[in-house]
Amino acid sequence: MKISFLLNNREIELDVPSDRRVVDLLREDLALTGTKEGCGAGECGACTILVNGKSRLSCLMLAAQLEGCSVTTIEGLSPGDALHPVQEAFIEHGAVQCGFCTPGMVIAAVDLLRRTPDPDRPAIRRGLSGNLCRCTGYQKIIDAVEDTSRRRGKGKAS
Amino acid sequence: MKNAKNGILEIGKATPRADARGKVTGAEKYAADYYGDQLLWAGVKRAGIPHARIKGMELEGARNHPGVLAVLTCRDVRGSNRQGVIRQDQPVLVDDKVRHCGDAVALVVAEDRPALAKALDLIAVEYEPLPGVFDMETALKPGAVLVHEDNAEGNVLLKGELKTGRGEAALTECDVEVTAFFEVPRQEHAYLETEGGVALLREDGTLEIVVSTQTPFRDRAEVAKALGLDLEKIRILAPYCGGAFGGKDGITVQTLLGLAALHCPGRPIKMQWRREESFLAGVKRHHGRLHYRLGAKADGTLHALDAEIYYDTGPYDHLGGAVLALGLEHAGGPYRIPHTRLRGWSVYTNNPLGGAFRGFGVPQVAAAMEQMMDMAAARLGVSPLEMRLKNAVRRGDKNPVGVTLTSSTGVHECLALLAGQELWQERETWKAAARSFRLRGVGLACVMHGMGYGPLVPDCGNAKIEITEQGVFRIFSGVVDMGQGNAATYLQIAGSILNQDGDHLELVQPDTGKALPSGSASASRTTYTFGNALIGAALALKERIVRRAAALVENSGGGEDFTMAPGALVHRPTGQLIPLPQVARILDEAERISVFTFQAPVAAERPTADQNLQLHGIPHRIFSYGAHLACVEIDELTGKVEVKHYCAVSDCGSIINPQIVEQQIQGGIAQGLGYALSEDFIVENGRMATPDLSAYIIPTAMDIPDLGTFAVELPEETGPFGLKGAGEISMDGPLPALANAVADACGVRLFRYPLTAERVLQALAEKRGEGTGP
Repeated sequence: MKISFLLNNREIELDVPSDRRVVDLLREDLALTGTKEGCGAGECGACTILVNGKSRLSCLMLAAQLEGCSVTTIEGLSPGDALHPVQEAFIEHGAVQCGFCTPGMVIAAVDLLRRTPDPDRPAIRRGLSGNLCRCTGYQKIIDAVEDTSRRRGKGKAS
Repeated sequence: MKNAKNGILEIGKATPRADARGKVTGAEKYAADYYGDQLLWAGVKRAGIPHARIKGMELEGARNHPGVLAVLTCRDVRGSNRQGVIRQDQPVLVDDKVRHCGDAVALVVAEDRPALAKALDLIAVEYEPLPGVFDMETALKPGAVLVHEDNAEGNVLLKGELKTGRGEAALTECDVEVTAFFEVPRQEHAYLETEGGVALLREDGTLEIVVSTQTPFRDRAEVAKALGLDLEKIRILAPYCGGAFGGKDGITVQTLLGLAALHCPGRPIKMQWRREESFLAGVKRHHGRLHYRLGAKADGTLHALDAEIYYDTGPYDHLGGAVLALGLEHAGGPYRIPHTRLRGWSVYTNNPLGGAFRGFGVPQVAAAMEQMMDMAAARLGVSPLEMRLKNAVRRGDKNPVGVTLTSSTGVHECLALLAGQELWQERETWKAAARSFRLRGVGLACVMHGMGYGPLVPDCGNAKIEITEQGVFRIFSGVVDMGQGNAATYLQIAGSILNQDGDHLELVQPDTGKALPSGSASASRTTYTFGNALIGAALALKERIVRRAAALVENSGGGEDFTMAPGALVHRPTGQLIPLPQVARILDEAERISVFTFQAPVAAERPTADQNLQLHGIPHRIFSYGAHLACVEIDELTGKVEVKHYCAVSDCGSIINPQIVEQQIQGGIAQGLGYALSEDFIVENGRMATPDLSAYIIPTAMDIPDLGTFAVELPEETGPFGLKGAGEISMDGPLPALANAVADACGVRLFRYPLTAERVLQALAEKRGEGTGP
């Protein structure tokens, strides 16, 4: 079927089987391999993308569900070479090890910060609990998200 | 923003990792991200039965299915059809019989994944089921079903005995003796990137495999032998792994992909295991059964230890023998014990395959030994800390296998730093503040971990660094970065020596066609061994560049007058700047490359004459140390254990990048907490009962508390900038620290793990005299 949607702020029209998984569509048809697959069953969160601004698991979505939506993948999180503040914080705080969970984790953190203005550490832990990381023990990820939130608060105050 | 690119890379400075940017933007390509034009897909028919002979296979349906290019069996393999690191006993595709559910019986190549899935379904295998052997006790009985009929030792892959002093006989000389039996579970690696890769047989006959692996050079040799190919015709490329932890230490998809490529030349072929396939066919941390007897004198001095260790290695060697050997060597922990008898068996069964997993046989024995220490302390009426301080090894002491510790030995320093922590000092107050129906406890563990390959297998790094015509230093990494940050550390080492920033340094991921063999990414060796080699290569290149630059400047006064700067050389007396490209261009192509070999030193003593045990790694010379502290709270009504606070002090030598060391320590603790609390790869009659991440529970962000991590930076004289291994040590501590904390909270000790709510609740009920339940 033909579907059209907004992908990383770009209009896109595709002819794909309606039951093609979104994660395959992104990775294989559109070469956006920043979105990872870790389980294919909605358990790990590595394939998290933003659909209409909300975090969604692309391994559990089918192509037809994208019709008319705005989709953001890790590649489109910030324009050009610029980094999103969450990405900058992940680098600075050492929240990246093997990095395979990172794109999904960053997207989940962006969504968390959108929903929750000033999350404390337990709230960050809850907000990211759908994304598994096997390398970090999560601490530096929490540090990065907390710092992003703090800096954003300061930015608003000034 | 602080970025590695903005300054000279310096030793000892917390520096954001050079690989972080590519990973955080999704630009970094893992093996899973390689596809290729005209891509084909390969997949495996798994046995699904633990022990059976194959009577026949119906393949025509699959072969005739549209879109299927090849359906292959063992008959299509022209080499040995065997893989394995020490003993090659694992078939690429089953020939004689199936030995576990995850065995590969057939390989299919198809145009797309739907055709592949259908073809795999269409393969029908007729089995003659054989009685299986699913527990170690049965496997070791005379007349037991044999996993390998041709193995002279029956179902024993490796057995070993180490003895010091009067061995177990000295237990009779002790004032107190404690005895216990411990059972530790299988653990699944659960890296986020499952096993996978892409292979291509090129027109010139070169077989190229891009794969998520820890061991590209060893893979090349294994693929060559198993498939009957010329080693020189195989090229393995190893991008960053999306996690590995030992589970990619050896062959996963390589031989299968190679075989597929041989039958479908000219087109790239991809294989990516599904999560369930990764669980089914991938290796696990060994399930262990450990019998311990520990004796001490009345003054608290340890006197004798008798330990019997059994590891279930499943049906193939993989690295099961070496895992047992490291367990044996560490069975007595970081203590002076003059009389020991340490015996171990690595046992073949029809269970899932045991193999390398961060810790490599040590977490199991540390779980036992560290609880024995607490039990002995309780009998003697001394605190767990005093007991450890009294017996912990110092440099120059002999360890429990009788080898003198000649390298830096910081376990006392770790314990001292830990003892000063508020968590330890104020523990009684903290415990007493527990609310109703809550029990609080505090536990310690002390660990050591050997680094490298041991005395016989040469532990070598061969570094190669090039100055390009553009004046950029290019490092050809010989050791895979599976997430631990060694690649970024290599840049930091070279940057520090050559005084360069990130813009003038680049790293080429391990590629057997470009880099030099430097061993596996394992054994806590990656930065130690390759880092030492890289120092040598970088220093030699620097000297060459400076000498040549001197010839470019009149009356230069020789090389001593030059300083390197990012992208240039500075002639200090005149201030003249010579751009590096200018120097690079006057160097011959061969001169622009510098190589250096480092071979790790080995222990002078041999605690055993058994050559086989030596081959499997006994003894080590350099050890890292750690002291861990866990504070737990238990819900008396549910039995749930919550880790409230956790703190670890590590001796990993001097530190090159504090951020990366913290990552390693925190990550290892998290995996250790999972091992202690929730992770149990359950197998029933050879079949896995925890087939995916919904049944096998690894920690989420809600399960790990903030971790206090500290380092005592004792320099290791032989290490690069004083460093020694940091990759595994923190994995060894959490289970015993938690078990000791739970025992402290409950007043009763649990001997089977993980410490699930169910087990804790039952232990509490038994303690109250309410029986053992249903």
